[in-house]
Amino acid sequence: MKELSLNILDIVENSIKSGAKNINLEIGEDNEKDLLIVTVKDDGKGMDDEFVKIIFDPFTTTSTNKKVGLGLPLLREEAENCGGGIEVHSEKGKGTTVVVKFKHSHIDRPPMGDLASTILTVIATNSAINLLYTHTVNGKVFKLSTKEIREIVGDVAALRDVTILKWLGDYVRENIKTLYGGEGNGKN
Amino acid sequence: MEKIKSIEELRKLREHARKSLQVRSGEAKVKIMVSMGTVGIAAGARDVLMAIISELEKRQFHDAQIVERGSLGLDNEEPVVAVERDNKTVFYGKVTAEMAREIVAQHVINGQIVSEWVIAKG
Repeated sequence: MKELSLNILDIVENSIKSGAKNINLEIGEDNEKDLLIVTVKDDGKGMDDEFVKIIFDPFTTTSTNKKVGLGLPLLREEAENCGGGIEVHSEKGKGTTVVVKFKHSHIDRPPMGDLASTILTVIATNSAINLLYTHTVNGKVFKLSTKEIREIVGDVAALRDVTILKWLGDYVRENIKTLYGGEGNGKN
Repeated sequence: MEKIKSIEELRKLREHARKSLQVRSGEAKVKIMVSMGTVGIAAGARDVLMAIISELEKRQFHDAQIVERGSLGLDNEEPVVAVERDNKTVFYGKVTAEMAREIVAQHVINGQIVSEWVIAKG
């Protein structure tokens, strides 16, 4: 993937496919510690130890109509090449947590890219799930809870309305831009 | 720097959305599905979805619902977009953001299938 935000979308989509109702996405960026950590925690159906072990085999996938699932193996390779790594903790029936770490300043680290579009994609296609997105950049924090947003707009149907979606996309984009110091277009 | 949007604005938009939704009763007239598997995402499905939302909003068309769908096994055709309208489902392949805007204008809103990009019908 060209952007880290696309990998994040891929991981969150895996959570959704596993039947998750609550997804916690945490992104922490710290220049002093030179660390970028992405954590995706879900309450989906989880995997047993055996499956966690083979999850990085590129020929493993839970999908029946697809022969390869290259998302996580390739991401692990990228993270390890950038002074980081990836951890997957899962418990059958409870959920899965994926933690990806990068050395923030590593020259080969993929750019974050258009994170606002990743967040909006999850909201638009899965309006009924609860996504809690917390993004911290050098101590500054932005939080978005789709459960709260859904309560404000009334229901799932209203959340899916294009006027609301357009507004949410702009809202997230503006806030990410502020996290990064107000420069650029919300991409990093 | 321009003022950051506040959640208060969202409360106001709620009324707008409610009115739009009242016009239609029950199910949306059109369902739009974008395949969001790993292959689809890598091929550009996210930007295609963004273009669809942007075009629907620009044209103020509220009678479409975006729904998630798994991979169809048409990996070579990703990004795949399916449009369900008038009891027919049409699949478009190798969709770009530009094509997605055209599909919204022609097919989703006006019911005219964009034949040259169709890969399957159901």
